[in-house]
Amino acid sequence: MNAPVSTASPADPTVEAAPGAPLTVRIRRDGGFQAFTVARRPAQTILDVVTEIQRAQDPTLAYRFACRVGMCGSCAMMVNGRPRWTCRTRVAAVAEDDGLTLEPLRNLPVVKDLAVDMAPFFEKWTAAHGAFEPGAAPPADFAAVAPDSPERRAVDAGIECINCGVCYAACDVVTWNPDYLGPAALNRAWTLVNDVRDRGQEGRLAAVSGDAGCQSCHTHMSCTEHCPKALAPTFAIAGLKRATARSALKRLGARHFRRPA
Amino acid sequence: MSPLLYVAQRGTAVILAVAVAVHLGTILYAVRGGLTAGEILGRTQGNRAFLLFYGVFVVAAAIHAPIGLRGILREWTRWRGRSLDGAMLAVSALLLVLGLRAALAVYVA
Repeated sequence: MNAPVSTASPADPTVEAAPGAPLTVRIRRDGGFQAFTVARRPAQTILDVVTEIQRAQDPTLAYRFACRVGMCGSCAMMVNGRPRWTCRTRVAAVAEDDGLTLEPLRNLPVVKDLAVDMAPFFEKWTAAHGAFEPGAAPPADFAAVAPDSPERRAVDAGIECINCGVCYAACDVVTWNPDYLGPAALNRAWTLVNDVRDRGQEGRLAAVSGDAGCQSCHTHMSCTEHCPKALAPTFAIAGLKRATARSALKRLGARHFRRPA
Repeated sequence: MSPLLYVAQRGTAVILAVAVAVHLGTILYAVRGGLTAGEILGRTQGNRAFLLFYGVFVVAAAIHAPIGLRGILREWTRWRGRSLDGAMLAVSALLLVLGLRAALAVYVA
């Protein structure tokens, strides 16, 4: 699924500027902002702007991109304060007073200029048991998973995540509690909780519980609001809250109300 | 927050939603009806339904509030660990003692 391109009205004169009109771009660098001016062009994306600045004005500008078409999730940045894929965001849709403010993704350490270190993001993905666990012995037969089963539908709802980090940058809880696993890792865990073939559920539910886990989510829905793939990590996290609560109550019941053999 | 604390906080929230509404409704009724303190105490004295209602209210609040306060303190300060959990247990005990004492006082007054 591709992210929807913003549908800002072309009738608005402030949106579709004339080709060649100047665009002021403020880029956060070295603790401050550096201003550049580039020409507006038809169908120009934020990534086009950054690339033009790096190639024509300042080759030392650091940023990250790969596919340029919304497949890889490498080029996310803060654009006028909101996390976005820069390759799929048109200048005309987001420029304010013929200006742009570009910053590195929030909640992640900056490597240089607009490039952030994604290591903490992926470490949390691992900490949330984000990898499929097949169990000690291979199953005797293939698992039959009906496409319309509730579990498969829940997996489908979150499986298209490409780990761009936009939800992580949008999340206030990550800002307040740097240990918080974040929406992407919890969304991934939820897809695996609903994978009937997975044999690591107990460990996964324990990993996504606690002060760094799903219970810390405030349901602000910033992740769901900003996800370029239109996924809903908030609902995945709500599912994890239910699953971990059920599991904890079952354990409590087994501990205190187990019938003697 | 552990899953059991989460369940406890959400469960008590359901109780509090009803209890707070009834509590506020009772206050409005008592004030607008022009009841005096003596008349109010006359109705609450020896009323077991009143004692049961406020007993449940106080217990729910004593469970609910410290869990939420713990979350706020963890997010807004660097306070972590056993000292925080111990302090929240103390807050819970304080709410429980003060609340039950007040409910009992109005019951036996």
